[in-house]
Amino acid sequence: MTAPDTRRIMCAVLVALLPGVLLQCYWFGLGTLTNLGLAVGFGIAAEFLLLRCRARPVLPAIADGTVVVTCSLIAIALPPGTAWPILLIASVTALGLGKHAYGGTGYNLFNPAMVGYAVVLVSFPAALGWPPATGLEIDAATGPTLLESFKYRSAQTVAEVWQAEAGFGRFGGFGVEWVNLGYLVGGLLLLAWRIIDWRVPVAMLIGMAVIAMLGYDGGSSASLGSPVMHWFSGATMLTAFFIATDPVTCPSSGRGRLLFGALIGTVIMMIRSWGGYPDGVAFAVLLGNAVAPLIDRYIGIVDTQRRLPPDSVG
Amino acid sequence: MHATDLKDSGDPASVAALSVAEACGSRNPAFVQLLGLCPLLAVSGTTANALGLALATLLVLIGSNVVISLLRGALPAPARLPAQMLVIAGFTTCAMLLMQAFAFDVYERIALFVQIIVTNCIILARAEQVASRTRVGTAARDGFATGLGFALALVTLGMVREILGQGTLFVGMEQLLGESARGWAIDLGGRGLLLVGLPPGAFITAALLVALANRIFRGNRGHEPADT
Repeated sequence: MTAPDTRRIMCAVLVALLPGVLLQCYWFGLGTLTNLGLAVGFGIAAEFLLLRCRARPVLPAIADGTVVVTCSLIAIALPPGTAWPILLIASVTALGLGKHAYGGTGYNLFNPAMVGYAVVLVSFPAALGWPPATGLEIDAATGPTLLESFKYRSAQTVAEVWQAEAGFGRFGGFGVEWVNLGYLVGGLLLLAWRIIDWRVPVAMLIGMAVIAMLGYDGGSSASLGSPVMHWFSGATMLTAFFIATDPVTCPSSGRGRLLFGALIGTVIMMIRSWGGYPDGVAFAVLLGNAVAPLIDRYIGIVDTQRRLPPDSVG
Repeated sequence: MHATDLKDSGDPASVAALSVAEACGSRNPAFVQLLGLCPLLAVSGTTANALGLALATLLVLIGSNVVISLLRGALPAPARLPAQMLVIAGFTTCAMLLMQAFAFDVYERIALFVQIIVTNCIILARAEQVASRTRVGTAARDGFATGLGFALALVTLGMVREILGQGTLFVGMEQLLGESARGWAIDLGGRGLLLVGLPPGAFITAALLVALANRIFRGNRGHEPADT
């Protein structure tokens, strides 16, 4: 893929992020914009220094837009108005450990944005609850989020939790449901523009739905919650269309991508239902990235020999 | 490290005793040769733990190198490896008992990793490559140098992880070095990156230090394999 191609794709991704970002600003305040500005600024500075250290040409690598997309994804995934040291650590570890340690753009094993996000999520669990306690316009949103109150419901049916908690909206998390819709619209745009492969998001959403339906028993206290609730909560749509679809870190074959998406969806549901974190998209994506070469090795053989149509390679 | 690959070469020229400078630099057992990584990763959460294990390993290395060197003429080839393991296990037990006697708090935290010093491949490598082929003095110096190099790596990793992971330095040193070390503890402010203190952080930090060692010593290594 040549540099102008990369730049065109990255610009399209940024445009597709807009609906979700705007909705995020509407529901959770302008903290998302400060997140974006700081993370992208730190990211470009870090990229500049890292490229200089590695004696690589600086301008083409920064101009291709991958840094902006990586840091934007971190900024969106973190709660609005995150403290700047956390954004700095996330951006620097994303580019340093996630990308340049592996040889730079196109050689990374893990999705750099998720590396940076996971580092700060593990390091500052208290500061990164969603939504944040400060900078909010809506009182209701300061309560526990849907996924948190759902995780710690005790002996309540789904309907009871739903009524008792302000963290719930019409069909997903309060506010978060609209943000997820925004990213779904952006993701459909990317599909229409043939920038991402449909297999990863579709397989991921179906994977989540299957687990949710297996655990859905009409809404008792042991139920995992409905597929729709999980689709429109947490960072589901952002992950499905913008993060898991990264062509560098997902398998190359069509069948491999179906398996990859289903694996990520399953792991997200397992972490949400039985794990220690309310949402687990970063860990699920990193785990999927780690097995992507293995999937390529055992499943990709047939498909890579047959040659994929160009639009499905992202 | 496959000790059996090196058996019976008997050629004095192949005895590669490490000097202190080599062990702490271009041929560091941990960061350059990548040996003994299990205790290195497991016990490097704080400087005090790291130093405790480093001292115990140093003691076992010197002791086992000396005794194995003394026994080198008396052991028939088939019995050599089992005998070496027995000597190393003996000194490991000594280190355990000494720590229980003088640094019980530290021992309680890292007991398992003191006990498995016996399986540390650095020690068997030095026994097989150097101690079983050379005079007592050389073997003792090699054990001391290797132990110091391993201690340097372990304590460096412990310090980096304590600073980044907890925002402190030298906390709990009095449990190892007596009451006078109580005042050494430094609070750097802030809580640090929790991740660095957790097991994944051990791998990430160690990998960064190995990368740094590669960068510094690349010229010295030439085309030699990192593994002695």
